[in-house]
This record gives sequence, C-alpha cells and structure tokens, in this order.
Amino acid sequence: MSYIWTLAEQANGHLKQVSFELLTRGRKLADSLDTKLASLLIGNGVSAEALRELILSGADEVYYVEDPRLASFSCETYSNIMVELIKTFQPHTILAAATSSGRTLMPYVAVRVKTGLTADCTELDIEETTGNLLQTRPAIGGNILATIKTPNHRPQMATVRPKSTRPPEPDADRDGKIINVPFKEEWLDGRVEFLGYRKDAGDFENIEEADIIIAGGKGMKKAENFKMLRRLSDSLEGMVGATRDAVDRGWIGYSHQIGLSGKTVSPKLYIGAGISGSIQHLAGIKTSEIIVSINNDPEAPLHKIADFAIVGDLFNVLPELQKRLEGGK
Amino acid sequence: MGLNLVVLVKQVPDTQNITGEAMKEDGTVNRGALPAIFNPEDLYALEAALRVKEAAPGSKVHVLTMGPPSAEQVLKESLYRGADSVALITDRKFAGADTLATSYALKCAIETTGKYDIVFCGRQAIDGDTAQVGPQTAEKLGINQITCVDHIEQTDEDSLIARRSIEGGFEVVKSAYPVLVTMTDEGHVPRTSSAIKVMTYKNKKAGDPEIPMWSIEHIGADFEACGLKGSPTKVKEIESVVLKAQELQMIENSDEGLSNLMHSLIADHTLG
Repeated sequence: MSYIWTLAEQANGHLKQVSFELLTRGRKLADSLDTKLASLLIGNGVSAEALRELILSGADEVYYVEDPRLASFSCETYSNIMVELIKTFQPHTILAAATSSGRTLMPYVAVRVKTGLTADCTELDIEETTGNLLQTRPAIGGNILATIKTPNHRPQMATVRPKSTRPPEPDADRDGKIINVPFKEEWLDGRVEFLGYRKDAGDFENIEEADIIIAGGKGMKKAENFKMLRRLSDSLEGMVGATRDAVDRGWIGYSHQIGLSGKTVSPKLYIGAGISGSIQHLAGIKTSEIIVSINNDPEAPLHKIADFAIVGDLFNVLPELQKRLEGGK
Repeated sequence: MGLNLVVLVKQVPDTQNITGEAMKEDGTVNRGALPAIFNPEDLYALEAALRVKEAAPGSKVHVLTMGPPSAEQVLKESLYRGADSVALITDRKFAGADTLATSYALKCAIETTGKYDIVFCGRQAIDGDTAQVGPQTAEKLGINQITCVDHIEQTDEDSLIARRSIEGGFEVVKSAYPVLVTMTDEGHVPRTSSAIKVMTYKNKKAGDPEIPMWSIEHIGADFEACGLKGSPTKVKEIESVVLKAQELQMIENSDEGLSNLMHSLIADHTLG
C-alpha cells in the first residue's frame, strides 16, 4: 500500500506548527488505510532533534532534502524536488498546509503530475468502499460544505486550513526512520529571483498563535474604541482580532482579520464584542474552545454558537470585565 | 516599447451579500439568491495591469473571462475602466471544469491572444476560494509565476519586480517575462469606470466585434481535457452549513452575571 505524505514547513531552520497539525490529519488517514505516514521537508538547517519530533508526532518516515539554497521558498525549485520524489515513491495522498507557500506549490505540482487538488480543506476522511480520500471544504463564502474526491488520479492532493485541527501529543516511544534525500543541482531553478524579505511594519500580530483573542466588529462603532479591546487583551495576555467589517472600515489592520477571508483561529478563549457573527467570521472561530459573545442584539448569530452569551451593551460590559481583571479577578 | 498584458477575470456570485437561501432544496447552489459581480481581487489585477500600461506607453491590456454569455458584464466593466480589448471564452463543453481543466482552457485562450509579457489574475475567486487557477495556468503555459502580489514595484523592458504579501511580511522577487502574477486586494484601489467609455460600450453585447466569443475550436483546445471530462476532481456531495448550537449559557449583564462568568472561566482554567 502506498503511503500518506504530509509536507512539513520550516522557516529559518525551525519547523512550523502547521507541520504537526498535518500529522494529526495524516495519521488518521494512514491508520484507516493501514498504511504508513511519511513527512517530507525541504529546507536548510533543521536539526536532527526537530526531525525526530515529526516522528514522535506520528510520522513513520521523514524525508529531508537539505541545502543552503533551499532556505527560502522557491515554487519552481521546490516543485522540481516534489515531482521527482512523487514519481519515485508514488504516494497515495499528499497533504500540505493552505499557507501562502503551500497554496502556491501544490497547484503547480498537481499540474505537473497530472492529478486533482482540493484547496483549503477543513475535513478529510477515507471513503470506506473505495479507499478514496474524501476532501471537505467550505465554498460559496462558507455557506456550503462541498465534499470532493479524486477517483481516478494519483496521488490525491489537498491543502489543509492551518489551525483547523490541533497538533498531536508527542509520543516519546514512537519509532521511525529519518531519510536524508541527497540534493541534486539540477533541481535548482533561478527563474524567479528572491531579492529580499521585509517584516510587516505597522500593527502586525500573528493572531493564529494566540491563546486568548478579544475580537471586535461593527458594533465597536469607531477605531478609537478598539483601545478598549487592546486594554482587555493586554490584561489577559491575549491578542486583538476583528471582523472583515471592522477591517474594511480601517479600524484595525488586515493581519487582525478573522474569518474565511482572513485568519482561522483556535484560541482557548475567544471573546467577540459587537460582532453579529456572519457565516464567514464564524467559520474562522469555530474551533475555539470557549466562545463568549457580547452583543445587545439577542438574535445575533454569534450568541447562538457561543458558550457564554451576554446580551448587553459592550460599552458597559467591557469596562466591567476590565475592572474585574484589574481588581484581582 | 509597450508590453502585452493579459488579465484573467471571473464573474462570481456575491457570497458576501447573500439574499435568501444559498442552496436550493435539490442541493444545488441557488444562483438567483446571489447577485453576480466582478470578482473583487480580479479588479485589483485589472488595476495593476492598467498601471503597468500607463508606466510603459504603447502597452495593451487584453482581458479574458471564461463563463456563460451573461459573463459579458465583467468584460464590459473592464472596457469601462480602460481595457483595450476583451474576449469571452464560452462553450457548453467547458461546463463542470475543475481548476485543472479551467487552467488548461485559459492557457489555450492566452496563447490565442498572441505574444504576451505579463498575465495578471486575482489571487482567488470568492465563490470557490481555491487560489489554484493562477499557479496552474502558469504551469500549463510553462512560465514563471509570482503569487499573492500586493504591489508591482517596477516593470522594465524584460523583467518586473513584485512584492509578495506572505505570513508576517513581504517577499520581494524579480522575474523575467513572460510571468504570471496573482494579485491580492491589498494593492492600489481599483479605479472607477470612465463615463465616456460607459457611453461607448454600454449597449454592446457578447458576440459584437468589441466582445468576441471564443469557442473551444477557436482557442484550439482539446475537448478531452476540458470541462467535466478533463477534471480529475469530482464533487461527491454538497451540504448547507448549519451552525451547531452549543450548550449556551446566558450571562446576565449585571454585577453578579459578570462575576459568575469570570468564575466559570477561571474554574475551567481558561483564565489564570
């Protein structure tokens, strides 16, 4: 039986968290097909211990292609490597993260190996009767869920939405093989030249990593009122999120936008203030552990999926919460 | 010396402004409830192309779309904004195409326009949100690609410099022509229509010389690689999203209610 593959990602020699989330997905598929799970990593300077973590988190084999010239993402070069490895090992299924690089590389590779690709999946399963991969993804602005399969082409390829699942608990007893794939000069493709990287100036925050998020919507009324959210999030050591409405009005930067057109988050605690809860926004928060909704409209959709709903004026509720936090709870 | 610029655009249902149910009872998408609009990121792609044209006099902007005859509307809107020529790729045989079959048809159409330097498209369409058609079209054409571009920083006679908007920052890359770029909606705000051009084109229809229709034969595409036949992925099922009700606890907006909320959050270790 051919293997399930995940495509791990690294930056500056460190594995990204999404590499482990993919192993949660891949392990489940490999187990239901009774096959092995392999993780492919292309990059530079990743330590043996870090590669070992992929094994402890569920991979049976790790293929690592290393060279200083692979340190930053190049779609053309990375796809040359993937295409050769796919032709050599013929995996059953390849899962990659729906990040800017995953969503660039996978379409390119799918064309070259002449197979189908499903973008930004939120659920993956195996069809019992056929062993085909069932790929479920939101479409039409999150109003529908479509389940897609690739019945006659191999490998089956999908990108998976970051944060749509949690990474596995590492198991110190797990065993596996790390295979260093020798680098070939012929893989290098310098047609698109990397000139440099600039960090986002302004108010960039990586809200995908936050444990606590205080988010505001149209009900915040103006940019200045986001300071209330900022104060609350500082007290809670959290980060500030926003709906598309709030971002489109220029109240806060795009990096804070949560929802289908922004980030998917899965914090331990999400507090939404003045957010009615469009389906696009809700799609981005539904894996949160606890959802608290503050809105004076009792019919707000966010109330309906919340764990705790406060029907009330946020301009009254937020200061009250702040007072309680500062007053030693 | 001018550049030949091709822009790929799509007419999409406006998924942000749904009126009524998104799905019909038979499980198909209720297009009637969804007003048809110019895909937002494609407008940014058109804007980027028009700006390159302004910087490189003598350039031509050619806009292509694939869709039913009613998709003529996005081509007219492109003409209103300053496109030099447009074409509607339309044929029943294209129906049911996934991203692979779509990118093949687009590749054939782009090659039909003649020599091209830069192909622009939106990063993704708001109906499918796959972001796959851009990269796949580049690979079908066998040309370079730069995805998630927010600004074209410089265009020269034989190459361009573009800024990619990626997680936590920007990558600046340079590529020789021909190159395909996919544009995000973080760049230059698209211009509005020119009143004079609206007067010129508003009564034009698909099939008129200004809005030619290109069939599968016209673009020289292989029937087997188009539409449902050329699509490796198949839709198994579609369901409406129903938001699940949780064990909702209503918190009273009072001293006691808020204190109780804090205690609950502390008790299950969400806080503290």
